[in-house]
Amino acid sequence: MSANRHALILTPLAILGCLYALYLVHRPDVAGQAGLAFWAFIVVLWLLTGFAISGLSHLKLKQPVARRAIGLAVPVLFGAFLFFLWEVIVIGAGVPSVLMPAPSAIAAKFSASLPLLRDDFFQTFVKSVLSGYAMGCLSGFLVAIIADRVPFLRRGLLPLGNFVSALPVIGIAPIMVMWFGFDWPSKAAVVVVMTFFPMLVNTVTGLAAVGKLERDLMHSYAAGYWRSLLKLRLPVALPFIFNALKINSTLALIGAIVAEFFGTPIVGMGFRISIEVARMSLDMVWAEIALAAIAGSAFYGLVALIERGATFWHPSYRT
Amino acid sequence: MLKRVTNEWIGENGMPATLAAQGAMKEPASPPVVAIKGLSLTYEAADGPVYALSNVDLQIAEGEFISFIGPSGCGKTTLLRVIADLEQPTGGDIHVNGVGPEEARLRRDYGFVFQAPALYPWRTIQKNIELPLEIFGVSKAERREKASKQLELVNLKGFENKFPWQLSGGMQQRASIARALSFDPKLLLMDEPFGALDEIVRDHLNEQLLKLWDKTGKTVLFVTHSIPEAVFLSSKIVVMSPRPGRIIDIIDASVLGRDRTLDIRETPEFLKIAHRVREGLRAGHSYDD
Repeated sequence: MSANRHALILTPLAILGCLYALYLVHRPDVAGQAGLAFWAFIVVLWLLTGFAISGLSHLKLKQPVARRAIGLAVPVLFGAFLFFLWEVIVIGAGVPSVLMPAPSAIAAKFSASLPLLRDDFFQTFVKSVLSGYAMGCLSGFLVAIIADRVPFLRRGLLPLGNFVSALPVIGIAPIMVMWFGFDWPSKAAVVVVMTFFPMLVNTVTGLAAVGKLERDLMHSYAAGYWRSLLKLRLPVALPFIFNALKINSTLALIGAIVAEFFGTPIVGMGFRISIEVARMSLDMVWAEIALAAIAGSAFYGLVALIERGATFWHPSYRT
Repeated sequence: MLKRVTNEWIGENGMPATLAAQGAMKEPASPPVVAIKGLSLTYEAADGPVYALSNVDLQIAEGEFISFIGPSGCGKTTLLRVIADLEQPTGGDIHVNGVGPEEARLRRDYGFVFQAPALYPWRTIQKNIELPLEIFGVSKAERREKASKQLELVNLKGFENKFPWQLSGGMQQRASIARALSFDPKLLLMDEPFGALDEIVRDHLNEQLLKLWDKTGKTVLFVTHSIPEAVFLSSKIVVMSPRPGRIIDIIDASVLGRDRTLDIRETPEFLKIAHRVREGLRAGHSYDD
C-alpha cells in the first residue's frame, strides 16, 4: 500500500517532464527533426507517467474527498498524456498536417472559427439531432407500449422495425432529402428512422422483464392494466429505456452528420466536413470532429447522469 | 388404477381427509373461510396430463392457522394459488369467504406472501407497504397511518425510509408480510415465505408470526415443507402427497395451545404430532419408488 505513495511524487515529476518536452518539441531546432535523445526522453516520460498513473489508481485513501479527486485525476491525466503523445509525435516527427494535425493546431483552428462552429452546431445538433432524437425516442416508446398491449402488432411491428433499422443511412438520407427538403427536417427524419428502432426493441424487452412474483402480486391486488403499467412495468423497463436513450444519443449525431453529406444548406457539421475535406483544410475537419466529440460525449453524459438519478435502485448503481 | 385404489384405501383407513374436514365444519358457528369440494387441477404437459390436484376436499374455519405440508409436486402451492385465484381449477367447487376466488380477489379478501419478498427496489420500505393501499385508492394520510401501524407490528420501525436492498433477507420478508397485512385482509396466504432464510432467522420469524396471528386473529394458510415449522405454527396441519396431488391427512395441533414458544418443540405432544406428520408423508410416498 505504502509502495503506491511514490505516485504522489512521481505524478508532479511526470507533469513537469511532459511540460518540458512540450517546450522542447516546439523549438525550431527540434520540430520536425527530433533526434534519438529526444525520443529516448519521451520513452522515459512514458514509463514515468505509466508508473505514476498506475500508482495513483492503486492508492488507498481514507478521506472521501481525496478519493474522489484521485478518481477524477486518473482518467484526466491518462487522457492528457495521450494528447501529449499525439502532439509530441506529430510535431517532433514533422507529420504533415493533411495527414494528422497536432492537437494544438486543431485547438487554434477551433478557437479561431468559433462563430462558424456555433452556427454548424446550432444547425446540426440543436435543430436536427435534438428534434429527431426526441421524436424518434418518443414514437419508439409509444409504439412499444401499443405493441405490448396488442400482441399481433408486436409480431408484425418488430420485424418491420428491424427491417427499417437495417436500411443504410446513406440510402435513407437522399430519400429523406427528396421528401423533406434540404434543410434540417430531412436530417431530423433520418435521425428519427435511426433512433426509433433501438427504443422500440428496448422498451418492449423492458416491459416483458417483469418477474412472475411481481406480476402475481399486482394480480392479487386486482390492479388494472394502467396501474400495473405505471406502478410496476414502466419502472422495471426504465433501465432498458435508458439504454436505448444512451445508444440513440450517439446514433443520432452520426445520423445527422452523415445525412448532411446528401444535400444541405451551406451550414452544418456534416456539410462543413465534406466541404473542408475537398479543400484539403484538414484542421477544420478535425475541429468539427472535436466539436462532434464534445457534443456527443456531453449529450451521452447528460443522459447517463439522468439515468443514474432515475434508476438509482438498479443493482449496477446501488451503494 | 393402482393410484386410485391407494387413495381410497387411505380414505377408509382413518387418515380421513374428508372426515377431518367435516369435523372442522361442525365446530365453528361462522361459515368456513375456505370451502373446497372435489377440487381438481389438471394440465397438459408434453408427456401426458399432470394431475396437480385431484379431488381435494377441505374446509377452513375463521381464525385458524393451517399449514400445508408435503413433498414438492404435491400441489400445496397450487392449492394456495387456486384459493388466491392465481391458478384456475379444472374441476370441483371452491368458495372463499362465501364467494368464488375471483370475486374474493377483486374484493381484496386476502394478502399473499410469496416465496421471495418481491419488494419493489425503487420504493422505500414505507412506500412498498403502502403499494396495495395506493392501488386501492386510499388517501395519503390514511396510507401513511396504516403503513406505520404495520411497520410496528413486524418490528421494522425506523427502517421506513430504507430501500429493500439495504435490508437483510429476514427483514425484507417481514416487510412483505407487513405489505400483505396493510389493507387488513381477512385471509393471509403464505407460500413458503421463510424457505430461503437460515434456520435461526426462520425460528425467530416463526415466533413473530405466531404472535402476529394471535394479535390480529387472521386466518392464515401457510405452505411449507418443514415438519417442525408446520407443527410449531399450526392449529391444523394438512398433509399432502404428489401424483396425483391430494390431501392424505389433516392433523389437529390445537392441543399445543395458541401461546407457543420455541421450547414446545421438545415436548412429547409436539413430537407426537410431528411423528404423525412424518408418517403421513411416508404413507404418501410408499408406492412411489
